[in-house]
Amino acid sequence: MIELDDLDKAILNEIQVDFPLVKQPFLELATSIGSTEEEVMKRIERLIKEGAIRRIGPILNVKKTGGESTLAAVKAPEERIDEVAGIISGYDEVSHNYLRPAEYNIWFTVSAPSKERLGEILEEIGERTKCPLIDLPTLRLFKIGVKFNVK
Amino acid sequence: MDEIETQLLKFIQDGIPITPRPFKEVANTLGLSEEQIIDTIAKLHHDGIIRRFGASIGHRAIGITANAMCTWNVPDDRVEEVGAIMAGFSDVTHCYERPRREGWPYNLFTMVHAYTRDECRKVAKQISKATSVEDYNILFSEKEFKKTGVRL
Repeated sequence: MIELDDLDKAILNEIQVDFPLVKQPFLELATSIGSTEEEVMKRIERLIKEGAIRRIGPILNVKKTGGESTLAAVKAPEERIDEVAGIISGYDEVSHNYLRPAEYNIWFTVSAPSKERLGEILEEIGERTKCPLIDLPTLRLFKIGVKFNVK
Repeated sequence: MDEIETQLLKFIQDGIPITPRPFKEVANTLGLSEEQIIDTIAKLHHDGIIRRFGASIGHRAIGITANAMCTWNVPDDRVEEVGAIMAGFSDVTHCYERPRREGWPYNLFTMVHAYTRDECRKVAKQISKATSVEDYNILFSEKEFKKTGVRL
């Protein structure tokens, strides 16, 4: 875990939502948190290098780009977890893949350009892993990935 | 989306460069103007194709290592009310209704990110109390096999 001082925390809390869409965004950011453009950029570069920031960019709404996504889970036997997880992660369309010890133990999200492609991928994963699979698409959205409160 | 928008999103989905004029750099590469880049991003944001423009946080790197998916069995006629209550918790980052399946009765999902597992358990308990939903599971992520942004 990396050390964060107050300025790092201020930057992290500030740039998650509404990054300034202006010509000199780091200057605007610096002004709003009472620092300099140079210092803010230096801090952000370190935060990226240390993994605290994955990237600064667009978070897409798959549905609006015409795509389809879902959450799915498989029941993998203990001794096959890594193999099964490897098959699943191998798809570019799989964006998240986690081990969550429970009855269904490998949980992943898939985003594809179309419903057909999404169905194809899930079917293929079921066949290749030979594990029971449940497909749990979103029916209703109450809240999505707002921001992490960096304390 | 038109061709320019698609091209732009593909180019910046892995992140903009950290330079004083990041959009100018993007513009130069794509043969567009800096204003065009900024306006197009703003338009895509306004249209909802870009849900959020900003930093994606590597929450594990900064110590927010506990990540719990809570699954709730909520009576169908209470989903609307209960979903709204759950979404109101600041530690809940995501809240969705999903279908029940054979052998899978849980229809509401909340993601809770916190510094410790105990904090996650505490939040789940608070949610349970606030909603009177008692049939739930907490699935902690033991291992992250993959995490990328959703890509075009």
